[in-house]
Amino acid sequence: MKRLFKTYLEKPELAGLILLVLLVIVFQVRSHGVFLNADNLRGILGILPEAGLVAIGVTILMISGEFDLSVGSVFALMPMTMAVLMVHGAPFPLALLAGLLVCAAVGFINGYITIRFAIPSFITTLGMLFMARSLTVVVSGGFPPLLPADLPTWLFTSFVGPGNMFRMSFLWFAGAALLTSLMLSRTNFGNWIKATGGFLPAAAAMGIPTARVKIGCFMLCSMLSGFAGMLQVLRLGSPLPSIGEGLELQAVAAAVIGGASLAGGIGTVMGGIIGTTLIRVIDNGLVLSHVDANWFKFAIGFLTILAVVANAWMRKRAKAIKMEG
Amino acid sequence: MDDAIISVRNLHKWYSGVHALKGVSLDFRRGEAVGLVGDNGAGKSTLINILSGVHRADQGEIQVEGRSVSIANPRDAMDLGIETIYQYNSMVPTMSIARNLFIGREPVRFSVFGIGVLDQKKMASESVRAIANVDLHLRSPDALVGELSGGQRQGVAIARAMHFKSKVMILDEPTNHLSVKETRKVIGFVRGLKEQNVTGVFISHNMHHVFECCDRIVAMARGEVVLDKRIEETSIDEVHGVL
Repeated sequence: MKRLFKTYLEKPELAGLILLVLLVIVFQVRSHGVFLNADNLRGILGILPEAGLVAIGVTILMISGEFDLSVGSVFALMPMTMAVLMVHGAPFPLALLAGLLVCAAVGFINGYITIRFAIPSFITTLGMLFMARSLTVVVSGGFPPLLPADLPTWLFTSFVGPGNMFRMSFLWFAGAALLTSLMLSRTNFGNWIKATGGFLPAAAAMGIPTARVKIGCFMLCSMLSGFAGMLQVLRLGSPLPSIGEGLELQAVAAAVIGGASLAGGIGTVMGGIIGTTLIRVIDNGLVLSHVDANWFKFAIGFLTILAVVANAWMRKRAKAIKMEG
Repeated sequence: MDDAIISVRNLHKWYSGVHALKGVSLDFRRGEAVGLVGDNGAGKSTLINILSGVHRADQGEIQVEGRSVSIANPRDAMDLGIETIYQYNSMVPTMSIARNLFIGREPVRFSVFGIGVLDQKKMASESVRAIANVDLHLRSPDALVGELSGGQRQGVAIARAMHFKSKVMILDEPTNHLSVKETRKVIGFVRGLKEQNVTGVFISHNMHHVFECCDRIVAMARGEVVLDKRIEETSIDEVHGVL
């Protein structure tokens, strides 16, 4: 039992990974080999980075002990900001910088209000969900602005790699995953994030600037979400104000399925990615195996509940082990 | 008092209208184990919270080794060599012993604006040494603190304080929720502090524990010091009498 508890704490993403492998096998068989062919994989890998980047941010924030429901709205707000600036003549790099700054500001406000007034981030960011979405529509003026023709899509969405397997966005995603993963496991800041989410009083007593750590995570989460939104807009070619709706819940589901604890302190970047991949695989696999696609949300919901129940059970076990002392 | 490591003078603290500390003056000497006793609300937690940087005094002076200091946060206290071990201990159960030992003071190989890459080798080797130094026998520094017993956790907390060469160790109800055997162990730790020339401030409800491992006893009631005597000059009955 202790072993299982320890494995879970060290590799909380393991259960998700096993499930992912099983599902891939099932879908491969059920779709008569279509699931793993190059065209289908290219499709999955093309969209994965967008949801994946959001899930990375949400996972890290959850490890620090907070939530962000505004990621879906920030996902739309950031590219809309860029589009409006570019319509007014701003060059792409400047618009990108401005977009990221807007995200950072949203993250800062989320974090500052949550901590300053000691309210649940669930509520702060629920408010921000509406506000950022509203802002997106307001700055767009009701009509999505036309994107300039000379955007550097080669840097973000063009197909690359052997057999044109990946989009450039996948490389950005892989890079972000690697960096955030290393940050979490190898740096002192990562240690502070885990300590802050793991047991706040201890982290504070040991002199960790917990408020700054949390605000930093909020900002990182918003910026990753905004960047992901920009990738989607460049892929679709138009900044629709409605993109990213419902993404916040999918990202939380991905983090939880990937083993992140709702209470904080436990989770990995890899887990968030596995969770996202699992959701994308289910979405795609159901269609390919001729199952009514409306079962998709049912499957995600079921998996999320299962993951949280498993989480709660492990926490109870963990507590029981502590009591032995 | 020239050998005083910490002196507090005329310390006052109000909590939303409640006068929690009413001009407390005390000296803690080098290598001395002081037992701090008193009922709930007597002001001992307030005093400790001020010394460990959790709260700030509204009035009064704190001197460490003769110099007047200002302790604005837990980090300041630790930098002055004041380490606090709390009742609900200052460990993160979901993290390993090695990680817990260095929380907030991680050795890094290089850093930019205070953020850097952990020196995990150093953390592993130093935590093995730190744990062995307090006579704690644990399998591996990679074991999670959540797996340890309450006494072992207090042991790790003490190992951490020793490792960072603290001059004053404040133990806030360290024996609460511990079994008899583990309580013995913690009392052993407190006794061992003297050999390391570390001042111990031991807070407990249990008079027997305090009399067993302290040199001097300070009793507080209603925000004031009501008794301050060497252990040989007083008795459990006398202390109970003034409380």
